[in-house]
Amino acid sequence: MSGNPYQDDRGNTDASITNPHGQGTLTSAGTQPNPMPGKPGPFLVGENMTGGYGKTGPDILHDCTIEVERGEIAVIVGPNGAGKSTAMKAVFGMLDLREGRVLLDGQDITQLTPQARVRHGMGFVPQTSNIFTSMTVEENLEMGAFIREDDFRSSMEQVYELFPILREKRNQAAGELSGGQRQQVAVGRALMTQPKLLMLDEPTAGVSPIVMDELFDRIIEVARTGISILMVEQNARQALEIADKGYVMVQGANGYSGTGKELLADPDVRRSFLGG
Amino acid sequence: MDLLNGFVALANFVLIPAIAYGSQLALGALGVTLIYGILRFSNFAHGDTMAVGTMFAVLVTWGLQAMGVGLGPFPTALLAIPFGILGAAAMVLLTDRYVYRFYRAQKAKPVILVIVSMGVMFIYNGFTRIIIGPDDQRFADGERFVISARDFKEMTGLAEGLSLRTSQVITVITAIVVVAILFWFLNKTRTGKSMRAFSDNEDLALLSGINPERVVLVTWLIVASLATVAGVLYGLDRSFKPFTYFQLLLPIFAAAIVGGMGNPLGAIAGGFVIAFSEVGITYAWKKVLGYLMPPALQPDGLMQMLSTEYKFAVSFVILVIVLLFRPTGLFRGKSL
Repeated sequence: MSGNPYQDDRGNTDASITNPHGQGTLTSAGTQPNPMPGKPGPFLVGENMTGGYGKTGPDILHDCTIEVERGEIAVIVGPNGAGKSTAMKAVFGMLDLREGRVLLDGQDITQLTPQARVRHGMGFVPQTSNIFTSMTVEENLEMGAFIREDDFRSSMEQVYELFPILREKRNQAAGELSGGQRQQVAVGRALMTQPKLLMLDEPTAGVSPIVMDELFDRIIEVARTGISILMVEQNARQALEIADKGYVMVQGANGYSGTGKELLADPDVRRSFLGG
Repeated sequence: MDLLNGFVALANFVLIPAIAYGSQLALGALGVTLIYGILRFSNFAHGDTMAVGTMFAVLVTWGLQAMGVGLGPFPTALLAIPFGILGAAAMVLLTDRYVYRFYRAQKAKPVILVIVSMGVMFIYNGFTRIIIGPDDQRFADGERFVISARDFKEMTGLAEGLSLRTSQVITVITAIVVVAILFWFLNKTRTGKSMRAFSDNEDLALLSGINPERVVLVTWLIVASLATVAGVLYGLDRSFKPFTYFQLLLPIFAAAIVGGMGNPLGAIAGGFVIAFSEVGITYAWKKVLGYLMPPALQPDGLMQMLSTEYKFAVSFVILVIVLLFRPTGLFRGKSL
């Protein structure tokens, strides 16, 4: 597949000698530990991003631009396979950009690894495998705060206030929780790093409509504390309702963009994408 | 019928040896299970890691004995364990630096690492033999018995003797202490929790700022310590011979798999399951049954299911049965 003979296991599935559980897939695109000077502007800018997976994979993103202002909620919506999640991964450094750059707070972070971006204030909640299932809720939050040298008790208290159910379940293994509660743990873990920008990849995938509304409420609450939010969403209508800025992606490129309300009112977007 | 003598004979020939052997296997299996959980492959070099650590400990023990340093009734080898751990740690860290790290950087599939560990096994194998030779080495000293069979008979007036060797007592106590420290470390400390997180979900651990190279380093250090302690205890209980340590790989893996790969509690339980089966099946039960059964039913034969030469068959059969009927092990394995 990748052409690397070391990654060819010749179909081995014997779990008594190899442990497939929780194996890492992150190949960090960046190499540089420190950001380069960029230019002042919106808090996060993904500028003219073009790229795909791997060194040789086909381009998935085509000249895609995404901007998030401080304390705003930006939402990326679009049909299946439009490259929504890919755009977010590009912003986070999980795939190679062939063109374009990413600026965070006016600094060029295009060459940074995802881990390094976390240290520069980006929090990322992946769509799947976003919690440590075998660890308790509290341990999940502690691991979120792993890079912090200071006392993180107050952050944990804030997370528990935001998601009271987690306080009740603090000593329970996170893998035993319901889908909605798992998402709360995942968001809570990301918040423990005290990010300036929180990126959520389909936070409401697979949860019930009631839980979804509650999660959106919580996300608005997080944004009110001054954290910028970039979110990829399947449930376009609800997501655009809470969005300050919306991007509709079509085939890896910017289709439409504007405030959430503008997009909801746009007849083209409604007809082709929101179902009338 | 003579229940008391029967029980003493049982304790002397089965229970005490199996508990000591089980503790040694449990320590070995813990090392295997940690590597499996965190580095995600079965480390076939584990038996020889034990041999390397024990070899360093034996050499230092001889040095201490020559200098006249001793621990009185306790074996001098206890003093040498830290040096053995240092030696084993240096060995595995060098191996990691020059062998395993390359494959990690390539994101090699775990099955490749299994084969790599086999190569490392042969290197360690040769290394040990070049330095200390292939022969049996004795390094135990100090008081041999806590209670010898004769003393026990005189004390209690029973027909059966019960001997309790110093090495057996030390083995069990050391194993309990080491396991307690390990569990405290994994569950309570920041580094231990980061190891569990890494085992559970590597990508998310990375995104939480956990440094994978540090996790790997700490894992190797712990594994080297566990292997050396297990190896020295086994050597004190019997003797040190490189080939025996290589052969220990089978019961150790059987223990880890029976308990559930990647589960530390399972490794301990598995160690005792294997030890009791091995001792129980290769023991001639005639004497114990002679005490426990009415005279009319007493067996004529030795009542030994397998001769001791076939003891490895026992762990192998258990391994096959577990893999057939409950491949995840007694405790569900996978991550720490």
